[in-house]
Parts: sequence; structure tokens; C-alpha cells
Amino acid sequence: MKYTENHEWVSLEGDIATIGITEHAAKQLGDVVFVELPEPETVVAKGDEVVVIESVKAASDISAPLDGEILEVNDKLVDGPGLVNEDPLGAAWFFKMKLEDPDAWADLMDEDEYKELTE
Amino acid sequence: MCRKGKTTVPDTLKTPLYPLHERLGASMAAFAGWALPMSYPAGTIAEHKAARSGAALFDVSHMGQVEITGDGAAEALERLMPQDVVGLKDGRQIYGFLTTEDGGILDDLMVSREGDVLRLVVNAAFTEADLDVLRQGLPEAEVRHDTSRALIAVQGPDAEDALAAHAPEVRQMRFMDAARSGSMWITRSGYTGEDGFEISIPAGEAEALASALVQSGVQPAGLGARDSLRLEAGLCLSGTDIGPGTSPAEAGLKFAIPKVRRRDGARAGGFPGATRILAELTGDGPARLRMGLRPEGRAPFRAGTPIFAGETAETPFGHVTSGGHGPSVEGPVAMAYLPRNPPQPDSLVWGEVRGRRIPARIVPMPFHPHAYRR
Repeated sequence: MKYTENHEWVSLEGDIATIGITEHAAKQLGDVVFVELPEPETVVAKGDEVVVIESVKAASDISAPLDGEILEVNDKLVDGPGLVNEDPLGAAWFFKMKLEDPDAWADLMDEDEYKELTE
Repeated sequence: MCRKGKTTVPDTLKTPLYPLHERLGASMAAFAGWALPMSYPAGTIAEHKAARSGAALFDVSHMGQVEITGDGAAEALERLMPQDVVGLKDGRQIYGFLTTEDGGILDDLMVSREGDVLRLVVNAAFTEADLDVLRQGLPEAEVRHDTSRALIAVQGPDAEDALAAHAPEVRQMRFMDAARSGSMWITRSGYTGEDGFEISIPAGEAEALASALVQSGVQPAGLGARDSLRLEAGLCLSGTDIGPGTSPAEAGLKFAIPKVRRRDGARAGGFPGATRILAELTGDGPARLRMGLRPEGRAPFRAGTPIFAGETAETPFGHVTSGGHGPSVEGPVAMAYLPRNPPQPDSLVWGEVRGRRIPARIVPMPFHPHAYRR
């Protein structure tokens, strides 16, 4: 598991990455009430805003952690945004993307580096 | 995003319940210069639902508590606000507002009477401004800002049972009654649309009462739940939904102006902006009104969201003043000032969120029915 400074987690299987938000992020956001997901087959560049999350407090977004193409989105979050607070690291993944350069994944933050960021 | 761990809010005032909030693991935020809980570990939605189905406790000690004494204080107060202060009976409370010369609203407030003493509760952000207006308008009376007391709200269907253990008097009270119980001054009122109480209590006794209430099962609730509860109840936030730019009739607050202060009333007019404010109570009324919106889907219309008459209309005909997720209505709710005619109630309007037009239905407020014990 790797992390970004935007409090996303990124897991990798082959050249397909799965993206969600960390427990820290879910806690800071408060109860999530709305999630807007990207269209599958959208080609995205690192840093593109691809997901909108609204909590009881405010709106925020998830950006693409790396270059690639959106393969699949987690539609469960649209009808049940509260899942983001219940299981941010598991059931509440947001999208899967095919990475243009799977090797770039290794350059993301590891768990220790991410912990340092949030302390 | 914020730092992990204990959240510190610099340069803010602390209420007498601050240590309790820390003990309960609240995440704190700055509000009107005060450090107040945004939410507790239960989370905003659980706190909101506790107020609707059980009981929730709010620290509202940031609000200004003002005591007015002296001969003619009620008459003098009526020169600042369009309510019936002279007729306010001992042990009763009214909702009212200070008005401006232009017919707008300076701030809304509560006034209760204990014998010859008038007790006001005003909004934290406007306490100093209100005190200036009160002192100028009531030169003969004594206007005292009482900073020695905390204010605790206990709201929800179980509020009476929870509070009766500490103040049995509350069982006899009805909505908008006010009563003394030892050192406490209690009103049966609140800001959630639920039955409940607001308790003014000496600062030194506040934590013991609050923590006993929490021990007995009352859910501590933060500013997040307070906002979603009052929004669903259709209640205005001063400085956001009402202000100098909105008149009482525009804001839908005609109910708070009694007959005695209206045209042909025994004490008609005589407050700032009376000509406009009273004229708007008759005939067609104002051209725009505060209306309730239920957006389709789940995306909230936040404050500032432009509202359009049609999906392709070029210019907005109003803006959301406050809006967000309504946990009890299970969807977004919002308030906006829109032309009275059109649209008609139940007609469709459009809000623009992140560049996309989303339909919303105009609905009567409150979004969630009030449950006052009248």
C-alpha cells in the first residue's frame, strides 16, 4: 500500500491501481454525504480532480495519484456515501485505474512517510 | 486537512465547558471568536439523530446573555424591536429581532421576563453590536452583559426526562415558558425544532450539570449538528439568512410581529424601519421571500449557490443563504431568497453546483416538522 500527500491510499495489482482515502482523511472530513465518481474509460493525468466528496462540513476532492485510465468506479458510494466513514480502507474504494507507468507507483509515499505527514 | 491528534484553536475564547469537550474527545473549531466543538466522536449525523429521537446537549455559552433592569425598560425595548415586550408576562419568553432604519434585521434574539428583569440571549457574533444598540436605546435602564454564566441546550423528545432529574420544575413548563430552578434560569425553547430547554447556569456549576446529563445518556452534540438541525427546522441563522439586507416579511418572520405592534395596534410602530416593515405585512407583501429548496439527488446546495428559474437561464434570480445535508430528511436542504411570484410553491428551480445545473423543488418550511410542547 502506498499513499499520497492528499491522504489517498493506492494499492497495486499488476498495472491496475485501486484508490481510496485514508482513515485520517475520513475522520477529518466527518460524515460523508455525497460522492461523485468519474466515468470509466476517462483518461486522466496525475493531479486531475476525479472524485468530488462532500461531507457534513465541506466539499473536497480526490485527484488522480498517477497518469492512466479509469477502469471501474465503486457505485455503492453513490447511494451509500456513509460507507466512506465506515470502511475507508476496504469497502469504500473509489476507483480503479490502469496505470500508464506502473513503476511510478513505487515512488509514492510508503506507510512511514505518510504517518510522518499526519503527525 | 487538519493535523492529527488534539486540535488546537488559537486566539479563541473558551467556554466553561471546554475541559468537558476535551475529555469527550470533541474536534474543536473556531466560531464567532470562540473555541467550540464541531463534533464529538459519534459524528455529526449521529448527534443530529440523537436530538430528533432521544436527547442531545449543546454548549451555547458563546451566546450573549444580557440582563436589562430599570423602570420603563420594556417600553424602551419596544423602540428597538417590533415585538410585544410590554405584554411579556413573568415566566414567559418571546422570539424577536432588533431592526434597522432601512427595515432590515440587525440581529435576532430571545427575551424572557423574570419579575422586573428582562433576560436577553443574543448571537455571539453580534453581542457587542447589540449591546451598543441596547445601551444607546435604553439610556435610563441598566444593560448588563452577564459573562458569569454558561448556557446549555438540551434538545429532543427525552430532554424533559433528562433535565427533570436536576430541575423538576421543567415538567410543568410549556414551549416558551421560562422558570427559575435554584441558580438556573431555564426556558423551554431551542434551535433544533425539537422540544427542549436552554439552561442559563453559573459558570462554576455548568460542567457538573453537563457531565451528569451526558452520564445519564444525553448525547453531546457540536456545531455541525446544531446547524443541520436548525436548517431542517427552517430556522434562520443571523448574519447568514437574515441581516440588515433582509426585512422580517422577506425572511418569513411575520409571525414574530404581534397585532399590538402592527398598523391599528395599540402600540403600532415606533421601532426602526417601522414604515417599511409594517407596510410589507399587508397587501402583496415583499417582492422576494426566503424559501425552502429540496435539491434532487444528494449533492448539497451550499451557501452562495446561484439559483436559476430554468435549466438554461443565463442569470440567477437568487442565491442560497444556507444549505447542506439534512440527516432526518435524508437529503440536501437549502434556503434561498427568490422572487415571490413566480415561482409558485412546488415549482422547479435549478441550482448550479460545480458548473452543472441540478433541479430543486420549492417546498414549505420547516423541512422536518417542529415538535414543540405547546
